[in-house]
Amino acid sequence: MRGRLNPWALGAVVVGGMLALPALVVFGALLTPDAGVWAHLAETVLADYLLNTLWLALGVGLGTLIIGVASAWLVTLCRFPGRRWFEWALLLPLAMPAYIIAYTYTGLLDFAGPVQTLLRDLTGWGYGDYAFPEVRSLGGAALMLTLVLYPYVYLLARAAFLEQSVAVLEVSRSLGCGAWCGFWRVALPLARPSLVAGMSLALMETLADYGTVHYFGVPTFTTGIFRTWFGMGDELAAAQLAAMLLGLVLLLIALERASRRKARFHHNANSAARPLPGYQLRGARAVGAFLVCLLPLLFGFLVPAAQLGVWAWQTAPAMVDVAFWRLIGHSLGLAGGTALIALAVSLFLGYGHRLTPHWLVRSAVRLAAMGYAIPGTVIAIGILIPFAWFDNVVDGFLREHFDVSSGLLLSGTLVALVSGYLVRFLAVSLQTVEAGLGRIRPTMDDAARSLGLRPGQVLLQVHVPILRGSLLTAVLLVFVDIMKELPATLVLRPFDFNTLAVRAFELAADERLADSSTAALAIVAAGLLPVILLSRTITAGRGEGVSEEGRAVADTPRADEAPCDSCARCEAPVSYRPA
Amino acid sequence: MSPVRHTLTVLVATLLLLPAVPQAAEQVNIYSARKEALIKPLLERFTEKTGIPVRLVTGKADALLTRLQREGRNSPADLLITTDAGRLWRAQQAGVLQRVQSAVLDAAVPAAYREPGGYWFGLSLRARPILYSTERVDPSQLAHYSDLADPKWRGKVCVRSSDNIYNQSLLAAMVAHQGEAKTQAWAEGLVANLARPPQGGDRDQIKAVAAGQCDLALVNSYYFGMMQVDQDEEQRAAAAKTALFWPDQDGNGVHVNISGAGLTAAAEHKAAAIQLLEFLVSDEAQAWYAEVNHEYPVKPGVEIPAQLAAWGAFKADELGLDQLGTHNPEAVRIADRAGWK
Repeated sequence: MRGRLNPWALGAVVVGGMLALPALVVFGALLTPDAGVWAHLAETVLADYLLNTLWLALGVGLGTLIIGVASAWLVTLCRFPGRRWFEWALLLPLAMPAYIIAYTYTGLLDFAGPVQTLLRDLTGWGYGDYAFPEVRSLGGAALMLTLVLYPYVYLLARAAFLEQSVAVLEVSRSLGCGAWCGFWRVALPLARPSLVAGMSLALMETLADYGTVHYFGVPTFTTGIFRTWFGMGDELAAAQLAAMLLGLVLLLIALERASRRKARFHHNANSAARPLPGYQLRGARAVGAFLVCLLPLLFGFLVPAAQLGVWAWQTAPAMVDVAFWRLIGHSLGLAGGTALIALAVSLFLGYGHRLTPHWLVRSAVRLAAMGYAIPGTVIAIGILIPFAWFDNVVDGFLREHFDVSSGLLLSGTLVALVSGYLVRFLAVSLQTVEAGLGRIRPTMDDAARSLGLRPGQVLLQVHVPILRGSLLTAVLLVFVDIMKELPATLVLRPFDFNTLAVRAFELAADERLADSSTAALAIVAAGLLPVILLSRTITAGRGEGVSEEGRAVADTPRADEAPCDSCARCEAPVSYRPA
Repeated sequence: MSPVRHTLTVLVATLLLLPAVPQAAEQVNIYSARKEALIKPLLERFTEKTGIPVRLVTGKADALLTRLQREGRNSPADLLITTDAGRLWRAQQAGVLQRVQSAVLDAAVPAAYREPGGYWFGLSLRARPILYSTERVDPSQLAHYSDLADPKWRGKVCVRSSDNIYNQSLLAAMVAHQGEAKTQAWAEGLVANLARPPQGGDRDQIKAVAAGQCDLALVNSYYFGMMQVDQDEEQRAAAAKTALFWPDQDGNGVHVNISGAGLTAAAEHKAAAIQLLEFLVSDEAQAWYAEVNHEYPVKPGVEIPAQLAAWGAFKADELGLDQLGTHNPEAVRIADRAGWK
């Protein structure tokens, strides 16, 4: 059966294809040559766009990987004061929109800000007398994005470490592999699919970022797209730039897949449920671990949140009114509803691909996830064009044959907006679901099928219960992302329909940072609960998690593992299987 | 499962209900590039006076324009409001606007600030003068925009990115007045004089001048006005160390742009929309712009607040505003070539 198209796979191709439509609309622009603008771009700014984008991606990629992996390893496998607290707190920066943190740090650190002013007051220096790192720079942008994006790597790395079979680490220990060696040679290579998934989320978000790089005056592909489109009025050349950006993403994905080749990374679900060994850290090591975890949290969340809090304290009375509560309702409803839809679609696509690894299914799934690297405004246009086309065709048909007008059916409704969100954020949910599915051995499917379950039943009765943690992660990540989403919301939303992000941005863009802080803080606050929930679920997925006392926690088989009891228990626990 | 099901129910209900909001017989639907906070109070006042409800979508001008174009004759929008003339010109070119004939509008808006055929009308004026440090600069050293490119100000000038439409419009106006070559030379001189790479918004340039990072900057006057009365003491202190200078008074005058509006070709509520336009140029609405957003009224004779009057009177550039639209692509190319980020 594997490899051939069946109804399930065809469904995945159709759904994936529909979601890929905006990306394809963008790619379609490549077919029309437009030499004039390109010659100008190539001559003047294209090299800058390319280099800055690459440096930014490199900086954010390395930064998120180092912070995410180090902190995930420490809180998962080491024991030091504050660990339990860091477990969830390290996720908090996820709730902070990148453009908000950029505004906040600029306010704090630029030449006229309180930090440098204090420095000048203390020393008597003037402009040019001292060197101070410029926050509004390429490096600054990479730092800002790293600070709010590392939680993606942390989250998936931690989930991967937690799900790893303790037996593998025990075997490596018995072969003379210590803590460091266990990390470098066993845990890290095993966690690779998750790390790559986390890092590619961070990178795609980086490539699509507009707010931060625009405010910092760093010319990248995204700012270039808008400059070409808005400034030169050349929609076509802008779309072609966007297509180049997508090309970069495809290249990244292809490189990663090529380097991984055919290695598979499955685990035995049962032995993973035993508690991990905890390395007790003392003295300088404990302090070191504490600091490694504290710094990203401090700069990614505590400092900017405190600044927002101070501003909100001053301005909230004027900013909180009936309309404000309505904004909160809109944001929560949209984010919650769309996150669930995204989960359903991801499960459908992810499982369809697992069922039928046909190239057509694979391409459809990949294309459906491309939206994450496309700037929101471009996606919005990619939605607008087919939707308005559909509406006008239907309307034209009705007018011609029945002399009635249907007006716009989809354009300017929440359907258009939710579709935009799905296209933009499906990757988040899909990556998480696929990473989860990838850790379930195919023998599970085979066993379940041999016991008489149909594919849909395998998904719902076997995979979904096992993946509970991953699924919740998928929903919550999309939820938080939509809470922060701005550009697509601006273009696609219906009349008189605003969200917190729109309010925060409009005020911030008017350079009324203090006034925007209440809405920004509300976005952050709405993201807190899911983030905390997220962390609890991941830990709960392992029973009690790392046992504080180092004792084995009761290893009770869970009800949801029952369908596979007979097959999985007898599997060898070694999980890394190069093909 | 129950919370999940509950959320789903709420979502489905929202999805089904929202598009079905009953269409009022008389209403005005607006696509506005002007931010909600800077237009909503006026719209509410209009509803209060006439009983006509107004519905609003705010966003970036070009994205709204694309939406308008794609929705075609079925677009629900009656009015397009933008914060610069270039976009209105572009909308007119795209064929999504229609002519308005209104004696009220023609009388209130001077010919320089409306499209001759009635496709769009200015609602407020936004001037882009030079801002200087009162501590380090003697205003008698300044006369023209061209001073910003003079080598004597090497390392002393701050300006935001040329991504910004204010800078693009200024360049476009220069192209219209002096041609591409001279404008190119000016842009190159300006870039050579920059104290730091272009970054931040207009307020950031004012702060940088106040803090001593540069002596001169290009800013829209209303940002300076907003900082003068900001709740934040630091912002007020920064504004106090700077002042506005009106350049080119013996020549073309200070570069001005408009925020403006046009009636869409698809407008379903034409009469109400024109009524709203007329309200927006009434004395009451014009005074509100000056009072709240520190912009200049487009209508002559409307009294301006003491704060604006204190900046002094100035001669404004009377270049046809459609020129800002036609020359915008050249402006961006000039900035690209000059290395103005």
